[in-house]
Amino acid sequence: MKKSVFFGALAATTLVSGMALAATLDDVKARGELLCGSNTGLTGFGSPDASGNWSGFDVDLCRAVAAAVLGDANKVKFVPTTGETRFTALQSGEVDLLVRNSTWTFSRDTELALDFVAVNYYDGQGFMVKKDLGVSSAKELDGATVCIQTGTTTELNLADFFKQNNISYQPVTVADDSEAQRQYLAGACDAYTTDASGLAASRATMPDAENHVILPEIISKEPLGPVVRHGDNQWGDIVRWTYFALLVAEEKGVTAANVEEVLASTADEEVKRLLGASGDMGAKIGLDNDAFKRSIAAVGNYGEIFARNIGEGTSINLARGLNALWTQGGLQYAPPFR
Amino acid sequence: MAIEFSRKDMLPPLPPPVSERGAVKWARENLFSTPLNIALTVLGVLVILWLVKSALPWWLNSVWNASSLSECRAIVEASAGAGATGACWAMLRVWWSGFIFGFYPSAEWWRPILSLGLLFAALSPALFAGQKRNLTIVIAGAALFLVVALYLAETPATAFVLSMVLILGLLALAQVAPAKLLWFTLIYPALMLWLLWGGSVWLPIVGMAGFGVLYFVFRLASPFIGLAPAAGLGVVAAALWWLYIDVPVVNQLQGLLPFGIPSIDSDEFGGFLLATVIGVTAITFSLPIGILLALGRQSDMLIVKTLSVGFIEFIRGVPLITLLFTASLLLQYFLPPGTNFDIILRVIILVTFFAAAYLAEVIRGGLAALPRGQYEAADALGLDYWRAQRLIILPQALKISIPAIVSTFIGLFKDTTLVGLIGLYEPLKGITQLVRADTNWKGIYWEPYIFVGVIFFVICFGMSRYSMYLERKLKTDHR
Amino acid sequence: MAMATDVPKDGFRLSMLIYDTRYRSYTIQLVVLVLFALAVAWLLSNTVQNLAARGKEFNFGFLWQRAGYDIGQQLIPYTNDSTHFRALLVGLINTLVVAFFGCIFATILGVLIGVLRLSKNWLVSRLMTIYVEMFRNVPLLLWILLSYVILSETTPQPRDFRVTDEMAAAGKEPAAAMMLFDTVAVTNRGTNIPSPLFERGLGTLDLGFLSLNLTFWAIVAVIAGSVWVNRRILASARATQEATGVRPVTWWKSILVLFAPLIALLIALGFHLEIPELKGFNFAGGILVAHSFTALLIALTLYTAAFIAEIVRAGIMAVSRGQSEAAFALGLRPGRTMNLIILPQALRVIIPPLISQYLNLTKNTSLGIAVSYLDLRGTLGGITLNQTGRELECMLLMMLIYLTISLTISTLMNIYNKSVQLKAR
Repeated sequence: MKKSVFFGALAATTLVSGMALAATLDDVKARGELLCGSNTGLTGFGSPDASGNWSGFDVDLCRAVAAAVLGDANKVKFVPTTGETRFTALQSGEVDLLVRNSTWTFSRDTELALDFVAVNYYDGQGFMVKKDLGVSSAKELDGATVCIQTGTTTELNLADFFKQNNISYQPVTVADDSEAQRQYLAGACDAYTTDASGLAASRATMPDAENHVILPEIISKEPLGPVVRHGDNQWGDIVRWTYFALLVAEEKGVTAANVEEVLASTADEEVKRLLGASGDMGAKIGLDNDAFKRSIAAVGNYGEIFARNIGEGTSINLARGLNALWTQGGLQYAPPFR
Repeated sequence: MAIEFSRKDMLPPLPPPVSERGAVKWARENLFSTPLNIALTVLGVLVILWLVKSALPWWLNSVWNASSLSECRAIVEASAGAGATGACWAMLRVWWSGFIFGFYPSAEWWRPILSLGLLFAALSPALFAGQKRNLTIVIAGAALFLVVALYLAETPATAFVLSMVLILGLLALAQVAPAKLLWFTLIYPALMLWLLWGGSVWLPIVGMAGFGVLYFVFRLASPFIGLAPAAGLGVVAAALWWLYIDVPVVNQLQGLLPFGIPSIDSDEFGGFLLATVIGVTAITFSLPIGILLALGRQSDMLIVKTLSVGFIEFIRGVPLITLLFTASLLLQYFLPPGTNFDIILRVIILVTFFAAAYLAEVIRGGLAALPRGQYEAADALGLDYWRAQRLIILPQALKISIPAIVSTFIGLFKDTTLVGLIGLYEPLKGITQLVRADTNWKGIYWEPYIFVGVIFFVICFGMSRYSMYLERKLKTDHR
Repeated sequence: MAMATDVPKDGFRLSMLIYDTRYRSYTIQLVVLVLFALAVAWLLSNTVQNLAARGKEFNFGFLWQRAGYDIGQQLIPYTNDSTHFRALLVGLINTLVVAFFGCIFATILGVLIGVLRLSKNWLVSRLMTIYVEMFRNVPLLLWILLSYVILSETTPQPRDFRVTDEMAAAGKEPAAAMMLFDTVAVTNRGTNIPSPLFERGLGTLDLGFLSLNLTFWAIVAVIAGSVWVNRRILASARATQEATGVRPVTWWKSILVLFAPLIALLIALGFHLEIPELKGFNFAGGILVAHSFTALLIALTLYTAAFIAEIVRAGIMAVSRGQSEAAFALGLRPGRTMNLIILPQALRVIIPPLISQYLNLTKNTSLGIAVSYLDLRGTLGGITLNQTGRELECMLLMMLIYLTISLTISTLMNIYNKSVQLKAR
């Protein structure tokens, strides 16, 4: 009986109705809030602090989308998802967008009816070992115990790698990054394998970072990117081009600080289109023309986001590497804004 | 002349030998009475010594003031020498609010605190019906708790005054008309939900009005179509009220008289607040379901019985974690396409089912423990089924089930830690994981777990002691 | 010719369905049934629609696809080329193994602690009370996490066992040593124990759908046979005793029958132990019992033992004092009083709650997720679910399996319970 009151009381506040396949953009606008699937807590990529403010590399992409769609980078609700619940949360409409270090693979893109709209971080699976183990290549790890996070593509890659090289290993599955790091430091495993970015991040926070080496082999491609539901192309375009806008902004030297200034002074037609001064790029995908300008003003360009959250000088201390712009020898390449 | 030699006065008694008095006697009897006992005592002492030796330095070197784990370690090494280890409780300075309230905005902390205080006030009539003295003690205790806790939480003045008025009003009511307090117990669930989630003040009022509709329809219809159909009609009417009339009416009233408190999203709940909310709501809502299931299981009607048994055995046969995964992964499949409501509500629904199945067994035990004569007496009085249950059977069965219900609640409260495994921020797995992912505290391990463990221990131990006290008290009544 | 006994036809009115107690229960049941059927139909139709909307279909074909992941603890052969179904079986066996050993150890420890809690020794009874309260009032998840971290933080690394040439030259001992005559090594990865090997094993019999390890079954058959023969010997001894009053000496026969065939078989099969040896990064040879298993087992044992201790204590206290006094009056010694008088009676009180503790323990094995123990939930409900994205099938199948396990245990234990309960007349 009392249960019904509960429903009654909560109905108005929490019962959100809307077809999962209906236009996500309309839902988000009607709700006035972007639901963004995020990690339950991964240093540098997405985690809340003690007062519940989220920050991180992935988190900033969500904020950029919110700024573009809703005009306010803070109108994001971060829904923590685990490796197991993330895709279901997206499929069922619990979140509008999933930005949670998810690897773009064939089966996820097709079977799971998801769309990976971009790659915001090019990663690859690597190994970290203690220096005094005397190992210089992953192929010397025959018989080693390897710590690995469960619920990810890394499990499959690891199995494939050892099988191809015809060597054996003992897997120790762990639930999350902090636990893996603890086990690795305690010596419960000889090697820790996960995305190279994660390894570097772990290594950077260790008290004795110089005693650990990341082995040269990168055994898989791990393109990580934002995911949306299959079938809502307009929403996919919005997320994709918001991301590309951040990239183009970096390429053209537009930053959060100088965006107004550049807008007033630029003679570059592409920058004008990007910032909404000419053409109607925003309007074409159901937003207004200032959308991308707001994103850039709110979170900065791709380079700024990278530097602020995971770049050199932060506690994560990652080099740009593959994620440098194509003009600087990296893979980050935005199609033209035209 | 006969010589009379007899003592006129008594000798003062000698003190018992050393081995038969004081600490020595106690030790001889309690610690060293047989060789086996001596061995056990020595073993026990060794265990205690080992525990103290291995953990004491760590406790003694505790650091309470630092901004990161590395700073903590530096302080420990500076004060206790290189290689020394020490606890780093400084972490709690930053994260204690996360452990207790999750991300509940600090300006609104008074709301969960007030809900907790009122919870005791609401429980007291159910536990000490009409006993003025006990009621006064409990409610006065709750009032005292509220004064201190609300002050510490820097409650806004208006909220503070209103809370005080409310609890003192309840205290006064307990003096004047203790029986009337039961009404407060009945409206408490709506009040609690409103306090915690916030929103318009009309939400709980209009929601509760649904019960008014139920009662009204029931009274109106019962002379014409009989009790059971009238009750059914009432439920249908109330359901229609909640489904179709509730929201527009609330919006209208809110438009006319906008009173309310800021609404809080479910995802801001965390820590022990989340554990308590899930535990308390689930046990509250599962009680009526559990009673119905228990009665259904005892019923003579084959289909009702089969369904009840099937439900109970299914829920009890699978681990809670699979039910939680159902809440997070599967519930969406079973509801109409597009329905989407928040994960905490889904978890509460599944945990309610879980608790209901266990409570049904507890209450069945209570029903079975009643002497057969009670049932026969009720029949002999010519009471129909529901009257017999309501007036004779259930009050007694529920009373003897209370200790077991409390145990169920303790188990449930401990089990709320499992929601961390589906990504909610409960204290043990959720918040602790955040602390360990925090760049300042990366590498911390024991402190958050010990902190959470101690709080769980205090709460659960308190409840279990209370239930044992209750058990003793209720037992004497029955013999 | 109408008979006088013609019952006046009582016209059936619809209202009798509600008011007449003869029909009312049928009405209610019908209504309940219809409501139930409607609810089920509603759920099913929703599920079908949702599946269609997501472009998924309900089918268990994925169970026969290649799993592709590795499992640390596998009691039946499994590689990453095996199917998801095989992974499910490996997980199921892992679940059952933890549950089985957990129940046994928890019972032993629980009974011990329950009895010690009633001990007259003040210190011991207090310590046991602290133990019971500590474990009962803190979530199991915490105990699992803590026992895992204690195991992996306090035990030596495998390389601490290594004896380098320099150390040998300097006559130094390695930092850690193997235990039990150098057969068992406890490292921070797990416990390496010797594994039984057979030089002349009987091989396996492949029946297509399952393969039988003949060596294993031969040993089981021999042990079962010996036990059966031993029982026959004891039964005939009892018969002789009852007929003549003199019990023939049987102990040497029993020992012979119980052990000789087994030893003979083991010798015939060429039985020897393979002792773990440090090779490369890890100990090779023998069996590695991973710490995730040990930690889960320890935590489940300690936690459940606290509950069983309370049950045992309550059971013993429920036997009235008069029983033990009567036993003493008959001249029985305290040990015999406990064995013959108190425990059999206490057992009737103890067993029903004990069953539910066993069930709880079995269900709690699913918390192995916290230390990533790959049990049924970890394989079928974890990695398989995650890699195939078939949450509906995986979850339903997993629940069904857990339900089957629970019902089986409770059925078996209830049969046992019936056999010890007083036969009420």
